[in-house]
Amino acid sequence: MSNILVYALHYDGAINKNSLGAVSEGAKLAAELGGEAHALLLGENVPQDVAASLGRYGAKKVLIAEGPEGLAQPLVDAMAKAITDGGYKYALFGGGLLGFEIGAGLAARLGAGVAMEVTAVRAEGGELVAERPILGDSAISEIKYRSPVGIIIGRLNAFEAKDTGGADAPVEQLSFELSAHSTQATMVTRGEQRGADVDIEGADILVAGGRGLGKAEGFELCEQLAAAFGGNSAVAATRAVVDAGWYPYAAQIGQTGKTVAPKLYLAAGISGAIQHKVGMQSSENIVAINKDANAPIFEFSDLGVVGDLNKILPKLTEAVKAKKGS
Amino acid sequence: MKICVLVKEVPDAAVEKRIDTSTGRMDRSGEKNLNPYDTHAIEAAMQIKEGGAVPVEEVVAVTMGPESAVRALHKAVSLGADRSVHLSDPAVAGSDVAATGYALAKTLQKESPDLVLLGQQSDDGECYTIGAVVAEHLGMPSLTQVIKMDVEGEALRCERQAEYGYDTVQVKLPAVISVGDAINEPRYPSLKAIMGAKKKPLETVTTGDVQIDASKVGGENSAAQWVAAKAPPAKAAGEIIEDEDTGETVEKIVSWLDERKLI
Repeated sequence: MSNILVYALHYDGAINKNSLGAVSEGAKLAAELGGEAHALLLGENVPQDVAASLGRYGAKKVLIAEGPEGLAQPLVDAMAKAITDGGYKYALFGGGLLGFEIGAGLAARLGAGVAMEVTAVRAEGGELVAERPILGDSAISEIKYRSPVGIIIGRLNAFEAKDTGGADAPVEQLSFELSAHSTQATMVTRGEQRGADVDIEGADILVAGGRGLGKAEGFELCEQLAAAFGGNSAVAATRAVVDAGWYPYAAQIGQTGKTVAPKLYLAAGISGAIQHKVGMQSSENIVAINKDANAPIFEFSDLGVVGDLNKILPKLTEAVKAKKGS
Repeated sequence: MKICVLVKEVPDAAVEKRIDTSTGRMDRSGEKNLNPYDTHAIEAAMQIKEGGAVPVEEVVAVTMGPESAVRALHKAVSLGADRSVHLSDPAVAGSDVAATGYALAKTLQKESPDLVLLGQQSDDGECYTIGAVVAEHLGMPSLTQVIKMDVEGEALRCERQAEYGYDTVQVKLPAVISVGDAINEPRYPSLKAIMGAKKKPLETVTTGDVQIDASKVGGENSAAQWVAAKAPPAKAAGEIIEDEDTGETVEKIVSWLDERKLI
């Protein structure tokens, strides 16, 4: 049997969008292999209805494990038990930080092959082949598995969630033991929001700032430009500057932030690392301003401007204002 | 406390990276450098050592790789590590991430560290994963992408950004922690430290020295098999403007935006 076990991350009563995508992808691939996709959730009092709702995304069965939320190693224990008992051939993860940690730990535990940052998977001769972009997305490598279990960790937004409107899935309790080292990490606080609560997901125009702004005050240039565009515009930020405390977490794009697709994404002083790219590459028009002509962002921008943003942004703000006024 | 820092030699960011089409593996020749993320891990180790909250006897840099990888160790030592260990064996060449993590864990086991630090990703493979593999083999708790870390008795208080905001996690030692670049600003090595780096102890070990099961490492024994590499779908190259006259540049940007009705 070629069943696929999919990890579903949940928080505050809802399943993560990337996990829903992974369940949909798992269901599609399992059908091609002649098997089923099952999902696994771990937490304290996971709501049964939330778990069962994964049936709409194609899960034929959902396993609930009781354990501490938000940490990877308890999930390695739970998934290893489920795989050993249930004979799954593949474990599948949507994008995100926990998926990387669980998938890697599981690979070590089971002696399984692992492919990460996967953007596409196909069934071929009863086996799955994973595609992973490498070298700054300039090439795609294909990975097969020699081990009895194969682990696939998707890139953020690689798999599309498809609500088929189908029936709820049967839910089963999974009993498992925490290994000694899984009890050595404890969550103190989870999901702390830092900085103001801003909305960037609904904006048509986003002016995004990165480390190239030089200092927190550099965001004023972005805010002035966004204000000049007026209407439905907002300011976004990269992880590096959010971690540095320059801008609120709620405005962050990418791997552990928001995914956006505005009409215009204007990136100022952003190098364009993959972790950022995955959160904004579906934008309709991408304009990048960066003083480094070799910045990766120029490889996926529609208009690239090589120059000093401190000179360009103020003049651009004035010009946009003038244009709006004309 | 004894801290081991895992370091890695990576192609210099300025050098174009490529794939060896005959093996499907990355061509790791060309100019090499210490993975920039690993310099943050060394700095984190040095800050614990110099912080005084806990006595640190030793900071040991550990790497796996071909002969040229000693350059990464020299760099690590010039940044403050006391000595280094190099796992160098043709048997480990071509190992996937799971096999590499196993080999590194065996090498670390001989050192019995209280804390293993590493950079959250490497400039070439961008994996995020090696720390979790190493931790599993060592039977230690682990956390990746950590941006703040304080020693609190027999544990570390770590902060990181996860899917839903910032998490604070208490991790008991011994532990494996991978750090992000926001955790600190790495120091520059002094000229004296650079000159002295080659004089600090460097131990070279083979798979046999650290009880690595050779049937579990190397390209042929790796469970994930890189079978092929192909070019991604072609995307039309964007327009590029070099800013010489800013007034003119801005005019071009505005007319580009205007044509697309974005203003």
